[in-house]
Amino acid sequence: MSPNLILVLLISPLVGFLINGLFGKWLKGNEKLSGGIGALAVLVSLICSISAFISVKNGNPLEGDAGHLYSWIVSGAFIAGGPFEVNIGFHVDALTTVMLLVITGVGFLIHVYSIGYMHGDEGYTRYFAYLNLFVFAMLILVLGNNYLMMFVGWEGVGLCSYLLIGFWYEKQSATDAGKKAFIVNRIGDFGFLLGMFTLFAAFGSLDFVSIFDKAEAGTIEIVFGETTKATLMVATLLLFVGAIGKSAQLPLYVWLPDAMEGPTPVSALIHAATMVTAGVYMIARSAILYNLAETGAVVAWIGVLTALFAAIIALKQNDIKRILAYSTVSQLGYMFVGVGVGAYASGIFHLVTHAFFKGLMFLTAGSVMHAMANELDIRKMGGLRNKLPITHATFLVGALAIAGAPFLSGFWSKDEILHSAWDSFPFIYIIGLVTAFLTAFYMFRLIFVTFYGESRVEPEVASHLHESPAVMWLPLAILAVPSALIGLLLGVGGHNSWFHHFTEDVFPKAHEASGSVLLFMAISSVVGIAGIAYAWKRYKDRAPSAEPTNTLQKVVANKFYVDEVYNTFIVQPIKGASHFLLWKLFDSGIIDGIVNGVAALIRVIGGMLRRLQTGIVQAYIVSMVIGIVLFLAYYLFFT
Amino acid sequence: MLLSIVIFLPLLGVIAIALLRGLGANAVKWIALGIGLLTFVISIRLYTEFDTANVGFQTNSEVYQKLDWIPGIGASYHIGIDGISLWLVLLTTFLTPICIIAAWNSVEKGLSGFMMSLLALETGMLGVFCALDLFLFFVFWESMLIPMYFLIGIWGGERRIYATIKFVLYTMAGSALMLVGILALYFQNNNSFDITTLQGQFEPSNLLFLAFFIAFAIKVPLFPFHTWLPDAHVEAPTVGSVILAGVLLKMGTYGIVRFCLPLFPEAAAHYTPLIVTLAVIGIIYGALVAMVQPDLKKLVAYSSVSHLGFVVLGLFSQNGTAIQGSVLQMVNHGLSTGALFLLVGMIYERRHSRMIVDFGGLAKKMPIFATIFLIVTLSSIGLPGLNGFVGEFMILLGSYVGGAFSKWYVVLATTGVILAAVYMLWMFQRVMFGTPDDINASLPDLKPREIAVLLPILLFIFWIGVGPNTFLEPMAASVKEIEAKVRVIPETPAVGQVNQMDTDDAVVDVKTATLKINEEEALSK
Repeated sequence: MSPNLILVLLISPLVGFLINGLFGKWLKGNEKLSGGIGALAVLVSLICSISAFISVKNGNPLEGDAGHLYSWIVSGAFIAGGPFEVNIGFHVDALTTVMLLVITGVGFLIHVYSIGYMHGDEGYTRYFAYLNLFVFAMLILVLGNNYLMMFVGWEGVGLCSYLLIGFWYEKQSATDAGKKAFIVNRIGDFGFLLGMFTLFAAFGSLDFVSIFDKAEAGTIEIVFGETTKATLMVATLLLFVGAIGKSAQLPLYVWLPDAMEGPTPVSALIHAATMVTAGVYMIARSAILYNLAETGAVVAWIGVLTALFAAIIALKQNDIKRILAYSTVSQLGYMFVGVGVGAYASGIFHLVTHAFFKGLMFLTAGSVMHAMANELDIRKMGGLRNKLPITHATFLVGALAIAGAPFLSGFWSKDEILHSAWDSFPFIYIIGLVTAFLTAFYMFRLIFVTFYGESRVEPEVASHLHESPAVMWLPLAILAVPSALIGLLLGVGGHNSWFHHFTEDVFPKAHEASGSVLLFMAISSVVGIAGIAYAWKRYKDRAPSAEPTNTLQKVVANKFYVDEVYNTFIVQPIKGASHFLLWKLFDSGIIDGIVNGVAALIRVIGGMLRRLQTGIVQAYIVSMVIGIVLFLAYYLFFT
Repeated sequence: MLLSIVIFLPLLGVIAIALLRGLGANAVKWIALGIGLLTFVISIRLYTEFDTANVGFQTNSEVYQKLDWIPGIGASYHIGIDGISLWLVLLTTFLTPICIIAAWNSVEKGLSGFMMSLLALETGMLGVFCALDLFLFFVFWESMLIPMYFLIGIWGGERRIYATIKFVLYTMAGSALMLVGILALYFQNNNSFDITTLQGQFEPSNLLFLAFFIAFAIKVPLFPFHTWLPDAHVEAPTVGSVILAGVLLKMGTYGIVRFCLPLFPEAAAHYTPLIVTLAVIGIIYGALVAMVQPDLKKLVAYSSVSHLGFVVLGLFSQNGTAIQGSVLQMVNHGLSTGALFLLVGMIYERRHSRMIVDFGGLAKKMPIFATIFLIVTLSSIGLPGLNGFVGEFMILLGSYVGGAFSKWYVVLATTGVILAAVYMLWMFQRVMFGTPDDINASLPDLKPREIAVLLPILLFIFWIGVGPNTFLEPMAASVKEIEAKVRVIPETPAVGQVNQMDTDDAVVDVKTATLKINEEEALSK
């Protein structure tokens, strides 16, 4: 494959960004043109991605020197055994093309959807500029052939996420959420940076190929502890801190629910389908390192605990987008279980299916909001299926897929992950299964409360209820197809499935999971259906109660007060200490006190010395005589 | 001659303005701008003629010059540049015309004096970066205090007198120490001020090192010598702040890399744990205090304390990559912080306030301003693709991988990356986002002149971010030489022990010497 193809793939959204960004003033009057340029830019990338995919499938990836573009940072100085050099270059293999297709495929549909969804918004061109910039940054993230380039994309998507969460910047809550997302992500980046430094110290390079080759050959400089394994453990765990931030895992997940302040297509693209999965991609890319370091268990445990925790919170939420957000956090947890237990292909497979069904559900949620004058509270909905038939049908597909209904996409990918976990981590399997039940329950609670039962829609809103225009429902319909079928196409056969074959060169061989595949599938199906049934029993004809009835419910409804705890025990103390202790007391009080004190002291001494200059000649003579006598005495008696 | 022209052309401008100021304000402005731009254009030749193969100072006779000046004491007019000073010279010639345009309409009284001070300052700063003679260096170092004193003292804000005196006294305290150091070097080097031939073991090197280091640390400013900076910035006029942050602070870090490291490698190594601790404290402390500032200028001032902590960290790492990152970061900080002060100045001219609470929602009516502000903010935060990241990354990676100190210093320093996002984005949110009140909604967006001031800086913010090798390459040889010099420290403990004892003896020597001096003083009285 030619690097030029990848260059076009990458640059196209950048061009779109520049057009909408620089000439937005003139494009403002013509929404179709502005949105069209944005969507077209991604369509070009999609076509290139398909072409790249075919190349890779025909055994023609872009790796090593062939992908080299230019030297980015070169220092003449030697460091870790060689000159310091970081390059810009591409690495396109099976894993990359999977990511490319998800980003540009789902991305293109969301761009099209946005043309309708953002209609009439004051910042229309700005929106498409940001969205294109996001796609550009996300492409850098997955195309790079080294960790630093991945980090460039990593930060770039973080910036776009910040800009798009705070898109409606006159709203305090939106800009707060954007800022929170950026800062929490920076905590993760702190780990990512240190992880890169450790890798560089250990391998003298940040290039994937070079690092992985050396890792397999065992030529690793020991940086920490006494073994190469200890060094790799430190490096992989630090990188994982980055993944925890970007992919919203415990304890850094808090930014993602707030990120729902952004426009809904943004939530679909960035905060469900693509950016938040970057952490999973990073670990899958570093599979060799995680296998050697044997740190996957940490990844898997964080993943499964996050999955359970977020699912519990989702049980008691009434904001349609926040339910989906917590669901995303929870599903990302599954992906980490997958890559954590060494089933990298399964983790990435779930990433793909999730991108489709969760992207779909966010877009349908947007369609609901569009119909309901931006209402988010599901208690004020109900019975919408008659008025919004397409929205309802497509949402149902997505919900069935995530709930693990047999033969839909999520069923295959989730089951693969759980099955892989069973052998080495039976507890993780069980927690995962419980979470699967909760997932089915909260998702169908959402469905029943929103689309079934009696309408609780306020009369004035009810009169305007309408299905979304074609530019919006068509993407829904298109996305519903892979959400339903992609598992059947790619996932049948477990370790012998098409998807596993396609990615087998990228990932280290996972061990075959033991036990009957059919038995595990049966268990998963029963659990999923049970969750749906229980939701039907409880919510088929009633809304959730307005007030939590007991303490436990109250704690869950308030998301375990995690935000409050962070605020009280971290944010406020740092702010207070910085203001009172560091600035007022130390800086202005002590340091400046000493500086001004010295100045004042000199003035005082000067003032005292001034008194000696009395102008009385006799006084001068007296002091002179005393001085002479003293010196004479000194020389006579002491030297 | 080329380098001499670059250094003294601004001074010629001062004289020209002095003679021609009768022609009116407009003529003065255009003369100043003409001279500033001409200086910049000529200085570009320093880059195009630069020979990267040359390890030390450039030997090209256009650039390198040595003339007798005061033969009686061995002082000479001796100038030249290497891959480190080159960038600081260019930064200075680049920022000065920008400052002249920025001050176009904002100086109400004494315009000609203002422009003369600015140009005189430029000559002083360029001289500091080019001088290869300690005596000449000291003359330039001190001379640039005078125009700065005027800039803050005459065109400054309400508490300008307090701020100016604090600024001058702080600097003078350091200068006095440095003068002692210079004289000591002079007597130990056969009565020579020549920087290029200063070599060998200085007695007592630890004290000499400190004499220089404290002078430079005050200028940087390194925590805890920083309290003059916020006051000076708040009271200085916009252009004063730009020059102060953009160039003057770099004189401190430049001094460290030119004198402290290569001349006293053992002493530098000896004090590295202490200095690096102060640098790391500065990074975190500066960021935390910046976070709670209600005044935009003070916020940016404290952020400088944090950013320059990174530079000092890299300089003392004994690692080439990190040192190179530090030199690049000097330029980066000059650009980003310079731009931030320009932006704050522009908004101050409209709103007559620098208090963050007075703002809000500016993005609505001032989209161009908001966009540029955002880019500069991101550059300051260190977003990859923009200039700040490259320098920060090289410093941190170099110090972590090959640093002469524990990795924990770097881990702590890296938290600065988080904190930078906190204080900058919080500020950005409070100023730019939200719904504007009536006053803020009435503020006009940037004028073409103001955009013209900022665009060149933006160009370099992107350029350094995407293609830093243009800047790193000419630096490499000189940085390598510095690295080689700081790495001469013997690694075997036995030798280190001897050195330690030497210096201890030296300390005792100095103590007796001071006692003697005291006696003599007493005698003379």
